[in-house]
Amino acid sequence: MWKWFHQLASPPHFYRIAPIFSAVLLLPGLALIAYGVYAGLFLAPMDYQQGDAFRIIYVHVPSAYLSMMAYMIMAVAGGIGLIWRMKLAHAVAASAAPLGAWFTFLALATGSIWGRPMWGTWWEWADPRMMSELILLFFYFGYMALRAAIDDTAKADKASAVLALVGVVNVIIVHYSVEWWSSLHQGQTIMAKDGPAMDPGMLYPLLANIFGFTLLFGSLLLRRTRTEVLFRERRTRWVKEMILAPEGQS
Amino acid sequence: MESLAMGGYGTYVWTCFGLAAAVLIINEWRVRARQSTVYKEIEVRIKALEESA
Repeated sequence: MWKWFHQLASPPHFYRIAPIFSAVLLLPGLALIAYGVYAGLFLAPMDYQQGDAFRIIYVHVPSAYLSMMAYMIMAVAGGIGLIWRMKLAHAVAASAAPLGAWFTFLALATGSIWGRPMWGTWWEWADPRMMSELILLFFYFGYMALRAAIDDTAKADKASAVLALVGVVNVIIVHYSVEWWSSLHQGQTIMAKDGPAMDPGMLYPLLANIFGFTLLFGSLLLRRTRTEVLFRERRTRWVKEMILAPEGQS
Repeated sequence: MESLAMGGYGTYVWTCFGLAAAVLIINEWRVRARQSTVYKEIEVRIKALEESA
């Protein structure tokens, strides 16, 4: 097992196998999203309170989930890079940041659009879920700005990993904000204490989209990390040999 | 048309799904573009070094 991990962490090995794993994640991910979107839009029954507006849940929840998931991947990878000095872990962390920022933006935008007809407002500054999610977006921006501001990659890796680890507190606040404080935002639906509080006809497309978005995110993260590895290793012998190989591989 | 109108919430629902599609497509495009750019830059640099050696 450890041998496999060590092999996986080797940059040239990762660069070679990443496209295979990426394809394995991408195809079922797209299939799940195709089902989830179609069933969510046209097959799931209408909500008795929100009408068809509730269908926004099929893109809002997967993106909100990924906004936190990407951050945790970034922080854990940064932590692994700090403790075990694994170069691949820092490349994963750096690659997760822009993806996480995009999904956080999507969660905020879809939440705001959903809020307009349901709550009568696009935004509520005092709402703990909305504000903590916005702060999450700022953590992503801060992380990327910090990396961009430091020329030395090793120093940028260390400083940004510390920032990512500090921001984990905010992810916990995002997750529990609807339980800890009074919020316009509804409480836990899928992970409710007594099981999912949804009709199966609504739940299955949502689960399909959550898993589909996650697989797609995994595929994107693998390919982003692969490019990051290539850039970081650009002066190494294996990159030179790969580029000069007659068949070439991009 | 009725299913597209989403009971009067069509603008909100379709905007959200459109945004989600846009974010996924943009990210897919960015990943491909970055890989291509980085690879080409490295290729040019290494081949130039080889020729000058």
